[in-house]
Amino acid sequence: MTKVGQPEKMIINGKRMDGRSFEEFRPITVEVGILKRAEGSAVFKFGDTYALAAVYGPRTMHPKHMQDPQKAILRCRYSMAPFSTTDRIRPGISRRSVEISKVLNEALSNVVFFEDYPKTGIDVFVEILQADASTRCAGLNAASLALTEAGVPIKDLISSCSVGKVDDQIVLDIGGNEDEFGDVDMSTATIGNEDKFVLLQMDGIITKEEFVELLELARKGCAEVYERQKNALKEKYKTGEIDVES
Amino acid sequence: MDKDIKSEIFVKERQLVIPGEILARGLDFLPSSGCYRVNNELKSKLLGLVKLKDRFIGIIPLAGVYIPKTGDGIIGLVEDMQTTIWIVDINSPYDAILPLGEAVGEYVDLNRTDISIYYDIGDLIYAKVLNVSKSKQVQLTMNDHRARKLIGGRVLTITPSKVPRLIGKQGSMIELIKDKTKCQIIVGQNGVVWIKGEKEGLAAKAILTIESESHISGLTDKITAMLEKGE
Amino acid sequence: MLKASENYVRKLIEEGMRIDERKFDEFREIKIETDVIKKAEGSARVLIGNTHVLVGVKMSVNEPFPDAPNEGVLIVNAELVPVASPTFDPGPPDENSIELARVVDRGIRESKCIDLEKLCIEEGKKAWNVNIDIHVLDHDGNLIDASALGAIAALISAKIPRYEDEKVIYGEYTGKIPLVDTPIAVTISKISNKLLIDPNLEEENALDARVTIATNENGDICAIQKGGTGFFTTDELKKAADLSIEKGKELRKLVK
Repeated sequence: MTKVGQPEKMIINGKRMDGRSFEEFRPITVEVGILKRAEGSAVFKFGDTYALAAVYGPRTMHPKHMQDPQKAILRCRYSMAPFSTTDRIRPGISRRSVEISKVLNEALSNVVFFEDYPKTGIDVFVEILQADASTRCAGLNAASLALTEAGVPIKDLISSCSVGKVDDQIVLDIGGNEDEFGDVDMSTATIGNEDKFVLLQMDGIITKEEFVELLELARKGCAEVYERQKNALKEKYKTGEIDVES
Repeated sequence: MDKDIKSEIFVKERQLVIPGEILARGLDFLPSSGCYRVNNELKSKLLGLVKLKDRFIGIIPLAGVYIPKTGDGIIGLVEDMQTTIWIVDINSPYDAILPLGEAVGEYVDLNRTDISIYYDIGDLIYAKVLNVSKSKQVQLTMNDHRARKLIGGRVLTITPSKVPRLIGKQGSMIELIKDKTKCQIIVGQNGVVWIKGEKEGLAAKAILTIESESHISGLTDKITAMLEKGE
Repeated sequence: MLKASENYVRKLIEEGMRIDERKFDEFREIKIETDVIKKAEGSARVLIGNTHVLVGVKMSVNEPFPDAPNEGVLIVNAELVPVASPTFDPGPPDENSIELARVVDRGIRESKCIDLEKLCIEEGKKAWNVNIDIHVLDHDGNLIDASALGAIAALISAKIPRYEDEKVIYGEYTGKIPLVDTPIAVTISKISNKLLIDPNLEEENALDARVTIATNENGDICAIQKGGTGFFTTDELKKAADLSIEKGKELRKLVK
């Protein structure tokens, strides 16, 4: 069944609709520490998808009865700004954002050293300021940088990207119209560049062999994102020459 | 664990590292704060600068909240009180309590006295951390020659891990600022700084510059120049 | 008190055993009953071990979605009602019930098992809404598989009410919901680095991570959702896919 507005072909002469090759990311932008009030913050963009993450904490956990005497508690909230999509989104919590908040929390939980801060709460807020597909991936990349900025001890960064199938072709980094009119959309995230998937969701129909292909492409993509995230941190905190320790 | 793995270290003193970065391999090196061991490798948990001491590798974080330690001198704000204790905000996810016995030397008749006459809500104090229990209950004491109420002046907060940089080698940096701005300055280990004197604004500016550029070389010269120029 | 058994469960599994002595790839006893709620257009009761889920299908006529004007509308909702567990609180759906509904929805929607075009009455103006409501009545683990099984069983048993003079006449039927496939969800759980299916509640509390994989009649994968705070390696995911396809075939026989 074709959808309203579906283009006849999404791959023309070996290129995708926005001119990308199959394993190419949209332009990636990474910025660390742009907000002043939050303990940590970061921006991550895949093309026009613009995600902002902020971390508050570790801080006193309220309500008190929800404190864990031995560990910090991570709370994650994913939200889309009303102006982020073509059709305005009604402000407030949607079922989709509740689900995404949950999976982002579960992904980040793999790396946070919770025992280092008993009784506290660590709040991660992900705001999608502009949405052009792969928003949860951009959000997770930003969140993991924001946690680092905030000084929350973590095992490694979490790196996330989307893969999918468009016109029977497996591709990396699903963009706007590929999300709407493509066949398969799979969101993934790994711990750094390791073979450890902490986020995995797939819509569409794939054979088991295609699943394995998508996983391999996802690993490559996440590894590339990881390099970008690391570079952003190192660039921002360049030390110059080694100074005398005080 | 393979005992044949040759121990090697991959980082230098004061090198900037990020979480997950491999610092060393092999069993010869031991993790200090800010690191964790996985199999044979020592990795960083934090964004920070490497600190080496003998066989220990630690990371000085560039950011992070204050975790109270016994013996720390801190500046706190009294935020509440009960009959025999004050509850103090010490710029940490953990509140601290100051028991009456650790704050007042004389006998207090609780039937007749409201302890607010000693320290009231909103008072700023310099105190010492007496004890931190395993479950992070923090007790303060005023039983220290530096402990007192801080009156007037202004307060700002910096990242706690940057306090050593602000103080400087044998206090050199902080003395420089005090001298050039003619201010009393007290720096709490918890990142709270109290300034009182002639050029409070200039002192604050210098302190915030040190905080944001603590990892960059040439800082001492830059601060000296800034203070010379004055305001 | 569930926390007390976590270590015990993990230890057993490390040694290759489960509390109720099942094999790692064995389901508990499954019972499916359809047409249990007369007032619903379709319904099913599913029991997997002690987990008890009731799924109802209700149909109504409304406007189709603007971006699919010639299709019927599928909506899946789940309630973790307080009767089912001391941990379910009354109130609006929490993240667990929302995730449950969305995962079941994903398997049904992405498999395109409902021929939604056949549910269109008047393009752009009127179409059948298929509301699948999952009611979890007793929680002893593996709610996703039980709910997904209940959903497809209820859909298979459902009948379309008569629509006359712009009114739905409940109680009179004109045929079954047009189904072209039978998606089955199987959740693979990882505990102590071992993969197993159909955890009971105690095992679920010791879980590192789980991945729900829905498959269609052709053995293709039509939805994947990883849950839990742990991770999966590529190898584990390959094994999970194989297991899900294999077990999916078994479960499919129970509903067809």
